[in-house]
Amino acid sequence: MAIFSVYVVNKAGGLIYQYDNYVPRAEAEKTFSYPLDLVLKIHDEKVVVSFGQRDGIRVGHAVLSINGVDVIGKNTADGKDIIEYLKDASNYPVSIRFGRARLSSNEKLMLASMFHSLFAIGSQLSPEVGSSGIEMLETDVFKLHCYQTLTGIKFIVLADPRQSGIDALLRKIYEIYSDFALKNPFYSLEMPIRCELFDQNLKSALEIAEKAGNFGAGS
Amino acid sequence: MLMFCCCLLQNSELFTLTYGALVTQLCKDYENDEEVNKQLDKMGYNIGVRLIEDFLARSSVGRCQDFRETADVIAKVAFKMYLGITPSVTNWSPAGDEFSLILENNPLVDFVELPDNHSTLIYSNLLCGVLRGALEMVQMAVDVRFAQDTLRGDNVTEIRMKFIKRIEENLPAGDDQEERKMVFY
Repeated sequence: MAIFSVYVVNKAGGLIYQYDNYVPRAEAEKTFSYPLDLVLKIHDEKVVVSFGQRDGIRVGHAVLSINGVDVIGKNTADGKDIIEYLKDASNYPVSIRFGRARLSSNEKLMLASMFHSLFAIGSQLSPEVGSSGIEMLETDVFKLHCYQTLTGIKFIVLADPRQSGIDALLRKIYEIYSDFALKNPFYSLEMPIRCELFDQNLKSALEIAEKAGNFGAGS
Repeated sequence: MLMFCCCLLQNSELFTLTYGALVTQLCKDYENDEEVNKQLDKMGYNIGVRLIEDFLARSSVGRCQDFRETADVIAKVAFKMYLGITPSVTNWSPAGDEFSLILENNPLVDFVELPDNHSTLIYSNLLCGVLRGALEMVQMAVDVRFAQDTLRGDNVTEIRMKFIKRIEENLPAGDDQEERKMVFY
């Protein structure tokens, strides 16, 4: 998957749409016997590995599921505290899946408004008048592309650095927004977008963009 | 080519009929021309705030530097795109903040005649709302009204647009507030 996610931010900086198009590759599921040789700790409402990196399980990875059942925060699906559960020898052998913790929706909301503020700062720092604002944020594993419309809506796409044609994709997402979100009379402006047709068309636009611009990026 | 023209014609007739049904229903519901005019303006406003995004997404025009450019874009690009007509831009005020759009023909009023008991009805007032709503979304407060109307006996339909002010509170993040002033000739 060369296009990782799409975010749409409204004028006030609130996240109104988010779509993730990737499966994290770094996940490891292992069966353990008592005692557990990893040191776990609670961080941000999640149980993460703090020591004992091995076999694809890295420091910072969170417990994603126990015995195949996804965990909820720091408790198992049936409400038991995970650390307590793993201290009890009778629960072993246990199969635990570790991986990079995915962002919760609240975290995404916060990050979106932070980006909105950064964007404003970026434009104000500009030595020239009429700057377009932040268009791209580049790291070694992804590139964040941003397009702000004249009305203040921002379309943000996170993609593989080698993916091309994202500018056209951003314009296409703008068109899809103006068609399937705005022309839906039951959608109120600036509110979270919950339109089926918008989702469907966005997904097909992403597929087309991935096929068209993907030269050599492994999936 | 002929079939394409027929298709367009059929579309515009349905459009005229739909708009007519809307106005007559409003007249029945409100029984007062002033109230109907207000409702049409409100409905137009709601259309305008959405239409602007469609316009910007499809036409890829950039931000206008001054009100004259705005007038040109409205007349030559927007009206053409949505109504298939190109009104002319005239009657600029000396300060350059007011102009008129002269419509030779108005697709909304094909086949329409105003009866005597609706002499103060502004039949196409929806258009005023649309223009107002659309420009408000790109941070321009404008006043739009009909100065002349063929339905009320004038020779042409004239829409008068006046620039009131820039809307600073809704500026997209980063638009430079001091530098970007509207330039008037």
